[in-house]
Amino acid sequence: DQVLHIVPETIQQVQHLQLLCSTFTLDLWKPLLPEDIRAGEDLHIRVPAPLVQEVKDSLVQHMISYRVLIPDVQKLVDQSMPREKSSHREVSGGYIYTEYHPMEEIYQWMTQIQKNNSELVTQHILGKTFENRTMYYLQISQPSNKTKKIIWMDCGIHAREWISPAFCQWFVKEILQNYKTDPKISRFLQNLDFYVLPVLNIDGYIYSWEKDRLWRKSRSPYENGACYGTDLNRNFNSSWGSVGVSFNCSSDVFCGSGPESEPETRAVAQFIKNKKSDILCYLTIHSYGQLILTPYGSTTKPPSNNEELMQVAKEAAAALKGKYGTSYRVGSTALILYSNSGSSRDWAHTIGIPLSYTFELRDTGTHGFVLPADQIQPTCEETM
Amino acid sequence: AARAAAVAVGYLRYLRGGPGSGLQLRELRRARRQDIDDVGHKYYLELELEDVLDKDRTVNCTAEVLYHLGSKTSAPDVQLTVQGELRSTEEADKEFYNRIRSLEKELVAENIPDSHGNVPPELEPIHLLAWVASGYVIWQNSTENTKFHLAQVKHVKQVKRNDEDLQFDFVVLLHEMVSQEVLPWEVTLLWHPQRGARVPQS
Repeated sequence: DQVLHIVPETIQQVQHLQLLCSTFTLDLWKPLLPEDIRAGEDLHIRVPAPLVQEVKDSLVQHMISYRVLIPDVQKLVDQSMPREKSSHREVSGGYIYTEYHPMEEIYQWMTQIQKNNSELVTQHILGKTFENRTMYYLQISQPSNKTKKIIWMDCGIHAREWISPAFCQWFVKEILQNYKTDPKISRFLQNLDFYVLPVLNIDGYIYSWEKDRLWRKSRSPYENGACYGTDLNRNFNSSWGSVGVSFNCSSDVFCGSGPESEPETRAVAQFIKNKKSDILCYLTIHSYGQLILTPYGSTTKPPSNNEELMQVAKEAAAALKGKYGTSYRVGSTALILYSNSGSSRDWAHTIGIPLSYTFELRDTGTHGFVLPADQIQPTCEETM
Repeated sequence: AARAAAVAVGYLRYLRGGPGSGLQLRELRRARRQDIDDVGHKYYLELELEDVLDKDRTVNCTAEVLYHLGSKTSAPDVQLTVQGELRSTEEADKEFYNRIRSLEKELVAENIPDSHGNVPPELEPIHLLAWVASGYVIWQNSTENTKFHLAQVKHVKQVKRNDEDLQFDFVVLLHEMVSQEVLPWEVTLLWHPQRGARVPQS
């Protein structure tokens, strides 16, 4: 793109320039509106790269002299941006991890990430949402001849918890940026594969961007469209429908018409069931509350490996606190939050995945779901 | 106990909050519950609070929250003692008061914070007054089975008055943790730099 400086001399020249601006919808930098173009006054217009030659030819044809003010707009823009580590660019191609991104951009990001890191990352289809959107997960796996255990992490099961998909994206970036240089990460990858689902409830996430920022559920209609959405985290087959749910479709904890009634739930459940003997740890990321939650939500009776679950969680909370002093509480959902049934984390544990956790990220209610973007970095850094 | 703490914080914000200061819960240090026959459940809490505009400043507070037995219509009783001094906001309050009084058109705003969590600096005092207003609503409407937080200010409209109070009509969105519902609530707040805030009884 180029910016041209022109000083029109006659009324005819002014008129021609106004015509050019509207025909090509050129970006007027000075003045702001075509009707303010005057003979004898400075005119600055930005011309998109593919039109530069055509516009210049037209100016020459009408004997309008011009000067190139900015020969390469993109270069100027890049120069004015704060310098990022070059490895940042390689991994992410300039993606800004400290901002919230709409679903379109997350789809593009996944494709880019696989392209730029094809030795480690593959993108796979998990299933489709109710509104027929494709659910993709990323597999981060170092080629090796031994079968590795799997750590699964899903984000964005609840639409309004924007910090959650932001965390999944950050997580992927961190692994890919540092696996060669960070001994901990490289050791992880020698022995484990990471499977990351950046947005589970895609329909809901899009709805929270376009219509209702505080939407929680999916977007499947019930009662002939009288109400929409199932709480996907009440829809799994773990004591489904028993406690902490509503059978009223307008409730935010509506559990659906039956366990796994929703396509999103089925997509995740089917996959995890198939791979369960290899999955070591199931993580599901939510906000807010600053909690690391262990099974179960439907009963206070502790799971069989409760000691191990609690110990690992406590160590995680301590490590997290070490970064910025953020306190996370640890415990079972039934004891420290509320009763619920049908959660993905409980289900994962009941089918045999030993370590199953729900993370509730920042904060504790001050901003709640509408966490400012400037907290993305510290939240993600401490959670890593 | 965390639910009772949310009630105590709401009550404290109503009592002591203003356009220049807002308190948030840093930590619930201690809690115990007492069941009183024929009366209700009383929670004894020790809270550490921080000033949202000056996070290094903390105050400790002890609170007693009594949920009345079986009552759906009466608010929990809250008693609190704040140890230590809260930062004086006299200057900022006066400045805000004069700024609003001198507006030609009545202030109107919506979606505070916006979807990305941002609050423009000139609306931060309004945001903090929304905490005061929602603090009142949360205190008045909480039960042992609810935990409310202010999710977002949907709409605020200033209403000019003949007396010296500032009036703001809010629509706040409250997030209820247990049901996960987000409930809109209309609340009118009156505020004066010396007299403080109050929600008029309608």
